[in-house]
Amino acid sequence: MTVLAPRSTGVLTDIRNVWWRETLTIVRDPFSLIFSLVQPLVFLGLFGPLLSGLAGDGGMFGGSSLQWFLPGVIVMITMFGTSMTGANLQFEIMTGAFERMLATPLARSSLMVGRALKELTPLVVQAAIVTLVAVPFGFALYPLHVLVGLVLLGVFGVGVGALSYALAIAARRTEWIFWAVQQSLLFPLLILSGMMLPLETGPEWMRVASLVNPLTYVVDAERALFSGTLADPAVLNGFVAAVVTAAVGLAVGIRAIRGATA
Amino acid sequence: MIHTEALTRHFRVGNETVEAVRGIDLDVAAGELVAFLGPNGAGKSTTLRMLTSLLPPSSGRAEVAGLDVAAHPAEVRRRIGYIGQKDGAGHNYRVRDELLLQGRFYGLSRAEAAANTERLLHTLDLGRLGMRKVSTLSGGQKRRLDIALGLVHSPRLLFLDEPSTGMDPQNRANLWEHILRIRAEHGTTIVLTTHYLDEADAMAERVVIIDHGLVIADDTAERLKAERAGDRLTVTVAAADVPAARAVLARVGAAVPAGAVAAGATDDDSRGGPEPDGPDPSRAEREIEEHAAPDGRALTIGVAAAAHALPPLLGELRDAGIEVLAAESRRPTLDDVFLHLTGRSLREGEA
Repeated sequence: MTVLAPRSTGVLTDIRNVWWRETLTIVRDPFSLIFSLVQPLVFLGLFGPLLSGLAGDGGMFGGSSLQWFLPGVIVMITMFGTSMTGANLQFEIMTGAFERMLATPLARSSLMVGRALKELTPLVVQAAIVTLVAVPFGFALYPLHVLVGLVLLGVFGVGVGALSYALAIAARRTEWIFWAVQQSLLFPLLILSGMMLPLETGPEWMRVASLVNPLTYVVDAERALFSGTLADPAVLNGFVAAVVTAAVGLAVGIRAIRGATA
Repeated sequence: MIHTEALTRHFRVGNETVEAVRGIDLDVAAGELVAFLGPNGAGKSTTLRMLTSLLPPSSGRAEVAGLDVAAHPAEVRRRIGYIGQKDGAGHNYRVRDELLLQGRFYGLSRAEAAANTERLLHTLDLGRLGMRKVSTLSGGQKRRLDIALGLVHSPRLLFLDEPSTGMDPQNRANLWEHILRIRAEHGTTIVLTTHYLDEADAMAERVVIIDHGLVIADDTAERLKAERAGDRLTVTVAAADVPAARAVLARVGAAVPAGAVAAGATDDDSRGGPEPDGPDPSRAEREIEEHAAPDGRALTIGVAAAAHALPPLLGELRDAGIEVLAAESRRPTLDDVFLHLTGRSLREGEA
């Protein structure tokens, strides 16, 4: 046996290794990805026409309803994907794979970031497909802005992924609690961000609630970016909300990992 | 390799504090193979998890592979291998992928990880399973894969938590063989926990018996058995002769007391010496085990050394007019040691 000197790895290397391990499940079984690509198209295809009818031409959405709605769909698939980070972890907690990885020198943050990035990986492909499909229907495409929008979602998604990871650890003895919490938080957050329907016509309390929802700022930033504006305060607000979410998520996640083996 | 000082750990369970580990002092030198033996819930795994940085101690300290665990957890993890109780390999992954990535987690280059993966697949009889999904492996194969995962970075210190729990005897023997061979070839220091007596007996040179969060004995299996339990002597007599035979056995057993060691004593000098309170026939009488035998009743007592105790015993029985139908002596097991130390059998807890 070659005796190897202990060698340290950087956090970025750790993240890449964790991400690649997770992504291998898609690489080795690509059918799951194909299914997940169809999903947002179905949503867009069935929901979009309803919104157009609701709005009339150039009504409450201030222009094309597609331009308004599509960024929301992309935020939604980000939320669906990254809030599932912990679900995939649950299975590995039940087997010993989670503990085995905790016993390696991998940086704790890389365990969460790597997993969250794996959930975000198909998102890039999904976003590209949804956007390209929408172009013939009158969607105006600003590629660079969309790219910035994806980076924003990446930062925010890492935060959501880390929180989902922490939730899975907290619920490791009673599995259903993970789903109960994930589901009962996900939909209120989505609706109160104005992602599916505009909140301007809603009651006062909903608008107030949306102000403390970080997702609201992310959705607004995405809308600004997808319509080709970069120098909008909404974009800055979105990045602040994303960075704060990521920082809080990682802090909570690392605390959860420390307590995970107790 | 390992040095601990008054290592403790308690857990809060509801409003109660459970003291899982109550102060463990331990030194393990390079190259040793040590088994932590004790019933479920004795604190073995908790101790192991503190040594591997997975669990912070409540108090006390531990040094592992030359580093303080609390101060340098990641560096300690880099230097050791840890094989937990449950399947370490992800069920949705291919065998080779998991091994390669595990090597990368420890900072091996692609080439090193690949070379070690192929070598371990070969040495652990997993050669043709590299492309298989982990979920399709048998229990024994999964366990060997776990061993490979723990060894991919060639650690000099390996921790195994209950390595063969739930395996059938054949697979267990096979697993022990693999572990012992790896140790013989690479001089790996190995610390394992087990509640199987035969596992501790077959594998470890040194047995650390842990009960209620404390080390109650720490020595080679041979010495523990010789000093803490003594040999077992069994004579079979006709049922009618049992009372007379018991009286003789009690007298001999008291004169050559079982193990001649009080429970919990740790000094080597007590071996074979007289009991502090002098011979006590009533205690010796209580310690006689009686079982049904094909042609009578089998009576068993503990003695320091069967070779010396048997001839006078047979003489006394003959003098008392008792016909001995059969006589045998048995080396003690680690269960006898545990029974002697705690008054409980390790087997009682087994399902």
